[in-house]
Amino acid sequence: MERNTDRSEFARKALKDLGTSIYNQMEEGRFPEVMIPSRQTNNIYYDPKLEQYVLGDKRVVRSADNVKHVKPLAQLLWVARIGKELIDYDRVSTLRDLFYMSKNIDINFATQQESDEAVYDLEALLSMPRESFNIFPHDRGAIFGDLTVRYRVKGFKDSLINLTDNPDGVNIGPALDNAELVKTTADKVIAIEKGAIFIQMIREKVHEKFNAILIDTTGQASRSARLLIRRLNEELGLPVYILTDCDVWGAHISMVIISGSVNSAHITGLNTPSAKWLGFWPTDINRYKVPTMKMKELDWKRLAELKADPRYKEKFWKEQLDAFERLGLKAELEAFSSKNKSVSQTFLVETYIPEKLKELGAI
Amino acid sequence: MSEQFQELNVADFFYKNKDLVGFDSPHKATYMIVRELVENSLDACDGHKILPDVRVTLSKVEGDGGQERYHIKIVDNGIGVPLEAVPYAFGKVLFGSKYSMRQNRGTFGLGGKMSILYGQITANSRVTITTSQGGSKVYTFELSTDIRTNTPVIYRRDEADNKSHFRGVKIEFDFEGDYGKARDKIIEYFYETAMILPYAQLTFIDPNGTLLFYPRITEKMPTPPVETQPHPHGVDLELLKRMMAANPHTSLQVFLSKNFQRVGERTAKAFLKSNGFDPHMEVSQLSTKQLTKLVTALREYPDFLPPDPSCLSPIGEELLREGIKRLLSPEHVVVTTRPARAYEGNPFIVEVGIAYGGAIMPPDKPGKVQLYRFANKIPLLYDEYSDVSMAVIQNINWNQYKVKLDEAPIAFITHICSTKVPYKTAGKEYVAARPEVEREIDLAIKQAARELRVQLSRMEKAEYRERRTEVLRKYLSMMASFSTFLAEKTKEPDVDLLLKEGGAKKRRRGAVQLVDDPPEDGSMKKGKA
Repeated sequence: MERNTDRSEFARKALKDLGTSIYNQMEEGRFPEVMIPSRQTNNIYYDPKLEQYVLGDKRVVRSADNVKHVKPLAQLLWVARIGKELIDYDRVSTLRDLFYMSKNIDINFATQQESDEAVYDLEALLSMPRESFNIFPHDRGAIFGDLTVRYRVKGFKDSLINLTDNPDGVNIGPALDNAELVKTTADKVIAIEKGAIFIQMIREKVHEKFNAILIDTTGQASRSARLLIRRLNEELGLPVYILTDCDVWGAHISMVIISGSVNSAHITGLNTPSAKWLGFWPTDINRYKVPTMKMKELDWKRLAELKADPRYKEKFWKEQLDAFERLGLKAELEAFSSKNKSVSQTFLVETYIPEKLKELGAI
Repeated sequence: MSEQFQELNVADFFYKNKDLVGFDSPHKATYMIVRELVENSLDACDGHKILPDVRVTLSKVEGDGGQERYHIKIVDNGIGVPLEAVPYAFGKVLFGSKYSMRQNRGTFGLGGKMSILYGQITANSRVTITTSQGGSKVYTFELSTDIRTNTPVIYRRDEADNKSHFRGVKIEFDFEGDYGKARDKIIEYFYETAMILPYAQLTFIDPNGTLLFYPRITEKMPTPPVETQPHPHGVDLELLKRMMAANPHTSLQVFLSKNFQRVGERTAKAFLKSNGFDPHMEVSQLSTKQLTKLVTALREYPDFLPPDPSCLSPIGEELLREGIKRLLSPEHVVVTTRPARAYEGNPFIVEVGIAYGGAIMPPDKPGKVQLYRFANKIPLLYDEYSDVSMAVIQNINWNQYKVKLDEAPIAFITHICSTKVPYKTAGKEYVAARPEVEREIDLAIKQAARELRVQLSRMEKAEYRERRTEVLRKYLSMMASFSTFLAEKTKEPDVDLLLKEGGAKKRRRGAVQLVDDPPEDGSMKKGKA
């Protein structure tokens, strides 16, 4: 496991290879072409070994020989070019920003969807997430805990930062994304769906009590958050536990961290197969006797969708979905507050989390 | 009583009925005079394999007020008129009485003589004729016609050495007219004549001193028409009787094969047998009933070959194309000459041209069609919307040919040549909708339209290729720049060379080499593919 790989260097090389291939084809007097893994739904498969969705073998040829292809091909190369510039100058951009940048040059993206597509194509072609060439989503998610990182961003180069320094946690942004993970005393990661619970847990010193790095995913985890979780797991060997509301949406937030999303099937390496859903499980509802709500129509619809997903065929997940179906109930993490002894001693932190960690063999 | 039944001579008839033959107003007369004289001159040239050079000068004559008076001078390089024929050719009005199966612009000389007579009637003008047949002498006559007796009156007759080797005819006389109103039609007349006769040189100097000059653009000429025997589809009882009277003792089979075009002995025999006649019967033996039956059979027998077109002189696809190109400057020209057909035994040939794009403008209002009509090489300038050609064009479903008639820059040219053009009226300005003629025009235009559609779609493809190259150039140039930047090179690939060679080098699939040694940190691990 190479801990010190600079993703930027790696992306720079991939972009150079792409450029060289196109350059050589043109120099040799041929209309350049590339073969991009197809991102059509009929080419997306669940790979049980990787425990995530991946693209199949179907390839799309984009040839400059074809008047319909030449524009998307030029657009793809433009994104690559911008990617190289972003890396070279140590700048970051977003999908939205990229679309506006394209107005500078007559590259004719009609809509942002079109420029987004070009980015996805480049991701699929290079088999790397856009974060590798410095195109990031808006910051979403935060991290807190005893983790020392070394930034690679210009101006912060080589500065070591401990992630307990900021009481609100540290944004999971581009700098952190490519930072070197230097050292930690923690022995686990707890990812939490809700920002409010995340802050509450910092105040209750959960990171110390359970020797954990806390991550706020703010709902569905962003790709940066998922990548960071995977790196903590892979590079530092920390087991990962995920805490969500007790509903089908929470279940799926866990599932995406564990086995990725269909939308990112063209990129591998964002998921953490060994991560565990810590709770709040539907099978916990009767055990803890907390206030619940009836599942709504949307919840039922989503439940049906999840039941059709191959990843939920596994015994544990099947049991949880069956429990939702049997009970027809859902509950929020906040429901545990109904059993708090005082505001400083919450049932969630004092009772639920340790019991669940014990149950999963984490402590 | 005797006065009422007095014989009316032709000159007198014209004098009293000049409006019937197109001289019904000063401006119409001006146009008719120019036109009739030019056509006589052209007949004197191309009927004899001479490349026409016709020069017309029209000038105003100072008068005493009243109707404007003009002097016309026309010179041609035609065959000329023999000395002894001059007074009768120009000073006596004759009907063309000769039975002739030969295409002419008009009835022999009649229009020209009426023009001269019109000058005499309106301006009391004598006509001056100068002519030579290319010999050592040039003759000049000053003439008029005694209308009452229809005989030439000679005032002067000169003879001079032909120092300039003149051959042709020069005619000069005065007439009352109105050039101002006739101007547009006369100019249109020369313009269209130049279109249909690219081998003619035409010069016109109008009373304002404006020169209209159409040089000859080709020395190729259509074959002049030759006289031929009648076609069996065109016989009538009177003609048949006359022909039989000349050969009373020949057998029917021999009579038919010797006296009709397109009928050999075998065809004659087959025809006679299938209609129940004995091929060996002498023609004089035929009863009146049999004769009538024979006429009907001859007119209706379907297996005679179409009439011999050698009595016709179509201008041909090549010359038609030249003429259209020169005057309309279109982007596309398609022309069709149909095989000879006959209506009522009169052979005719339809030629059409379609010109598209280039200098041709789309119609300025819906329903308008740019149509140039010709009959026996004469432009028809009046009543175009009554003409059979217009009806045919308007009845065609142009969507089939990818043409929007109301918007397309398209012009049509139709030429009908025949020993007898089926004019609708005595004014000879538009052609009647005879089914046979209508059908041929329809077929000819559709044939040309099909060719036009091929050319248009070829052009569309060429335009597509051009657009494609433009798009490719734009994006390939970008790709050249981007890939040079990505590959960290300095010199950009040559896009022009690539486009020129059309990327001819064989394509190689999977040309892009993806990153070859991914690190094992997992974050970059490639998919299973």
